[in-house]
Amino acid sequence: MPEIVVLSGKGGTGKTSLTAAFAHLARGHVICDLDVDAPDLHLLLQPTPRRSETFRSGHEARIRAADCSRCGQCVDLCRFDAIRGDDPPVVNARQCEGCKLCVALCPQAAIDFIPRHCGDWHISDSRMGPMVHAQLRPGEENSGRLVAILREEARKLAGNLGRGLILSDGPPGVACPVISSLSGADLAIIVTEPTPSGRHDLKRVTALTAHFKIVTVVIINKGNLNPEQTAGIKSDCCQRGLPVLATLPHDPSVTAAMLAGKTVTEYTANGFSAELQAAWTGIQRHLNTVARKE
Amino acid sequence: MIIAIASGKGGTGKTTVAASLAAVWDRPLAIADLDVEAPNLHLFLHPSFSATTAAKMEVPEIDESSCNRCRACVAICQFKAIGLLGDAILTFPEMCHGCGACMAVCPQEAIRSGCRTLGAIGWGHTPEGPFLNGRLSIGEAMSPPLIRLVRRKIGILAQAENRDVILDAPPGVSCPAVNAVMAADVVVLVTEPTPFGLFDLELALDAFQSHDRRLGVVVNRAGIGNHDVYRLCERRKIPILAEIPYQDAIAEAYARGDIIARVHPEIQSRFIKLGQRLRISNNPSRCAPVREAHHA
Repeated sequence: MPEIVVLSGKGGTGKTSLTAAFAHLARGHVICDLDVDAPDLHLLLQPTPRRSETFRSGHEARIRAADCSRCGQCVDLCRFDAIRGDDPPVVNARQCEGCKLCVALCPQAAIDFIPRHCGDWHISDSRMGPMVHAQLRPGEENSGRLVAILREEARKLAGNLGRGLILSDGPPGVACPVISSLSGADLAIIVTEPTPSGRHDLKRVTALTAHFKIVTVVIINKGNLNPEQTAGIKSDCCQRGLPVLATLPHDPSVTAAMLAGKTVTEYTANGFSAELQAAWTGIQRHLNTVARKE
Repeated sequence: MIIAIASGKGGTGKTTVAASLAAVWDRPLAIADLDVEAPNLHLFLHPSFSATTAAKMEVPEIDESSCNRCRACVAICQFKAIGLLGDAILTFPEMCHGCGACMAVCPQEAIRSGCRTLGAIGWGHTPEGPFLNGRLSIGEAMSPPLIRLVRRKIGILAQAENRDVILDAPPGVSCPAVNAVMAADVVVLVTEPTPFGLFDLELALDAFQSHDRRLGVVVNRAGIGNHDVYRLCERRKIPILAEIPYQDAIAEAYARGDIIARVHPEIQSRFIKLGQRLRISNNPSRCAPVREAHHA
């Protein structure tokens, strides 16, 4: 079953607004928000959870003040500056990596090692179809594990419901959660913008998709902001054999739709939405090419 | 004083704010880009880079001849970075978090400190002061150790010369962002007045609000959305330190790679005031030492 992941490298280029619009235009799909750190897709799709699960991963250290001799060894040992040498020392859970070093070496055995509730994930219904999404607790490790769970659940859900496409909104950046969101993906859509940052990060994220040999297409958002940069991005893409499927204008209807809690294609049928429709047709064509190769 | 520029949502203008604040800062300054996955601040500050060094993290190297296969390291490693397969002791450096637990518990002292390269650190200079950035290698998953490394290096540099520090943090509220802001005296959260900006600002307040650091908000693209972020700040008693209005001219200046405080005198005065607000309310007792310099 084909899986599409929308990425950008740089945050704020319009990944989520575009993914939501594609979720509106697509048929027979499962929607997945893989940005578990700062997920926003639910703000446009207003999913109703049908099943919610706790995500536990790793442990955290907690010092029992009553048993602590204040020797300060744990403070010195911690490589993550997670223990403050107060009286008694206190573990800052946000900074604790859960490595167990302090627990193992405490001469008083005064440090507990507690399973960590890192977040929650949900299988939901939305007006655009079934949706799998999560919320990491603030400060938790943004491991690829939660991303991997969501992708696995999305696949199961699509299988059970006989749906033939998984459309995922990806996280920003190029590290752990992004790598996890790409494993097994058939098509990466990179949303960029004609700014020095957008262009720079496009190079990094397309180097990553090339590294994993994932078919990649590019959409330039806010293209009229700087025609020179837009031309530069097109020539970068041309050199790397990356198709630019659409150059979308900067359009206030994207923010207006967000304020109305709608996808931009629901909100208006103006030129922007028409161009998105054309981009979606292009995406489907690429997906068919990928499917034929397989 | 260490100032971290952070945000929940990406693309709200962290780098714009960091560059403009650096441009108007009137005390000795050091600047670091801690968004090691998507480092962009150099595109605006144009440092002259004098050196690039490999960014390495410590990983275990096991001396098989002194290892007696007691499994103590396998048992303590929480990251599945050491395994015993039959009689073969294996390490998986890309899983290692560099905590040092295996070395600490090995009764044979058979584990040496090895290293693994995560990316590079760029050492540069701008008219505003020394500049560092971390660049995670493509395909590398682990960003927090590189973030910590760059943060410590800039801390040492700044402390030696009594400089203030501006840190450009990665987006989000999970461990990379936490690692970037944890040594800061003040965290400036950049947001935009939209539903996405609001939701992610609230996450950021939950993640970063702490009794030992101050928080303030910069509203970027003011005027494009609604008033909910202002209401949130009022409810959570978080000061709004500056507003940057949405103007096509500002967006275009950013797209050209210009520092917006240098392009518009009116915007420049907003950043000067932001700098004054950050300094006036800072408790002097917390200005001087960089807390963790001794670890580097």
